[in-house]
Amino acid sequence: MSRRLSLTQAFVFLLRRDLLLALRNRAEYAMPLLFFVLVITLFPLALGALPELLARIAPGIIWVAALLAAMLSLDSIFRSDFDDGSLEQILLSAHPVAVLVLAKVSAHWLVTGLPLLLVAPLLAEMLGMPAAAQPTLLLTILIGTPILSLIGAIGVALTVGLRKGGIILSLLVLPLYVPVLIFAASATENAAMGFEVSAQIYMLLAFLFLSISLSPWATAAALRMSVS
Amino acid sequence: MFLWFHKLGSPPHFYRIAGKWIPWLSWIFLMLLLAGLYGGLIEAPPDYQQGESYRIIFVHVPAAWMSLFIYVVMAFCGAVIIVWRMKLAEVVLISSAPIGASFTFLALVTGSLWGKPMWGTYWVWDARLTSELILLFLYLGIIGLHNAIEDKRVASRAVAILALVGVVNIPIIHYSVEWWHSLHQGATVTKFDKPSIHWSMLIPLLLMALAFQVYYVLALFQKCRVELLQRERNSKWVEEL
Amino acid sequence: MSSSALLETRDLSCNRNDRLLFEHLDFGLEPGQMLVVEGPNGCGKTSLLRILTGLRLADGGEILWRGEPIDRLAGDYYEQVTYVGHHDGVKHELSCLENLRLARAMGMPSTAGLDDILEQVNLYAYGETEVGSLSAGQKRRLALARLLATDAMLWILDEPFTSLDKASMSMFASLFEKHLQRQGLIVMTSHHDISLPTLSVQHLQLGRQS
Repeated sequence: MSRRLSLTQAFVFLLRRDLLLALRNRAEYAMPLLFFVLVITLFPLALGALPELLARIAPGIIWVAALLAAMLSLDSIFRSDFDDGSLEQILLSAHPVAVLVLAKVSAHWLVTGLPLLLVAPLLAEMLGMPAAAQPTLLLTILIGTPILSLIGAIGVALTVGLRKGGIILSLLVLPLYVPVLIFAASATENAAMGFEVSAQIYMLLAFLFLSISLSPWATAAALRMSVS
Repeated sequence: MFLWFHKLGSPPHFYRIAGKWIPWLSWIFLMLLLAGLYGGLIEAPPDYQQGESYRIIFVHVPAAWMSLFIYVVMAFCGAVIIVWRMKLAEVVLISSAPIGASFTFLALVTGSLWGKPMWGTYWVWDARLTSELILLFLYLGIIGLHNAIEDKRVASRAVAILALVGVVNIPIIHYSVEWWHSLHQGATVTKFDKPSIHWSMLIPLLLMALAFQVYYVLALFQKCRVELLQRERNSKWVEEL
Repeated sequence: MSSSALLETRDLSCNRNDRLLFEHLDFGLEPGQMLVVEGPNGCGKTSLLRILTGLRLADGGEILWRGEPIDRLAGDYYEQVTYVGHHDGVKHELSCLENLRLARAMGMPSTAGLDDILEQVNLYAYGETEVGSLSAGQKRRLALARLLATDAMLWILDEPFTSLDKASMSMFASLFEKHLQRQGLIVMTSHHDISLPTLSVQHLQLGRQS
């Protein structure tokens, strides 16, 4: 009779531990959100506050900003665990590492991706996005940001052992974000014009399922590489 | 099976074989290149729509094919590295990256050179050019990551993972860019998409593709030999050379 | 090498940046035995320990646990292993108890109560304290408390006595002794001269000129 925790229990345990850590490091996790808002504020300042123009480019701006904010937050998935040796302990766990990785990525999404959902309506309003597009915007954020965390986790796992991982991380991750950007922005734009958006949403969902099933394995392999 | 694989992949063995092949490959490449260029630039008739400027496809299209082909080779090496930890695959993967990046760059440059007479501008956000640009970033990511990690065996594992992740993503990126393009520029015709191609153009095109293929193997062999010597500089077989 | 060895290495070799650290390394460890890896700095002690945990890949050879390669066993090997490396592997933002609970959740939990464990390593008063405010020696003791919180047979310890005082050192030394008496295995490196009066200590000297 094994006293080892079941896989689900281990998953939940690690998820809760990461959420607890995030709660104790609130300030650090607020930064990407702040950055998201800040980047969006820059666009009207650079392009002029023409309402038609802003409304037209709002989906694109919001999604580019979401990509950059996700990029900025990625490092926190594994950085502190790598520095203090907790990552070694996770890799030496009796549970499959890919599942533990998924727990960590889920926690990361809950504290960095989900908050974007809360501020996005506000920003959409400020940019004058048509009200009809806002539910679609939120839906794309809900489906799209977990993909960003999942793909980003591979990139961080590959670069967490490097002294100057930041620049190279963006080079690795941003090209892989292109499909999310295209489908999410195009869905929101179509919704603003009153068109059908289900095709894009299905593509995003397919992409989400693909990343959930593949990314944790790649991330686990990359972490093993990084600690050695 | 494994033993056979092992022998083929043994660095001294490969070093010798590659050295023997290089002169032959050089001649084959030169002949294919000359034949292809002659067929493409002199024999093939001018296009009835695009005049002489279409002739750049004899470089552009094979370069674009090679850029994808080499990435697939790298991903295959990545799988071999992860499963068998074969040293030669590591060397082939990382030696392929700059060659693939060069072909991608060549495809981009020739593509935009063609854009000038066709559209009056060097860059249009054409679906294939855009995909090609993103592919270039993927190549540069692999090269950058490999350079950033000091221990070369660790670096090889890192790029192996990255190449595999990339190869899963390339079709998705390609498809999404096509989608994006059709959405925003539905009216323009993709430029290299011709319904049919006359054999007088097809033959030089295939010759050029073959020439590029041989060039890849040639360049790969040379790079691999250098990389092998560097990595194995402390081993017995290198000292005996 | 007897067939009763639980942990065995076969023809193990390791390079670092083109430099050969060791090769043709063969040893076997039976239940109740301890292996002390010795040698000067940079001779590959830590690398060997990390290879034994599977964190680092060997450049040649294999490691067997009960006769099976460890990379094939994966989780079934890891529930038998507790590793304390250079890094303490404790989270500074969590309390001592939270850290120990995590260690348990990740491995095979032992039956001992967490309070008893903290008592044993002299951290009972700090159960709810955030680890960040502890001293280096206290953090080390907490890291070593993982050995008690989990029920692993094989302890792999890299310089376990770093920043510990005399009293704590002898306390852990007696813990090691107990673990060996219970038929456990220990592989460790240490610069500290500890007296372990057991019969079953093997010494492995790395980095000798050969």
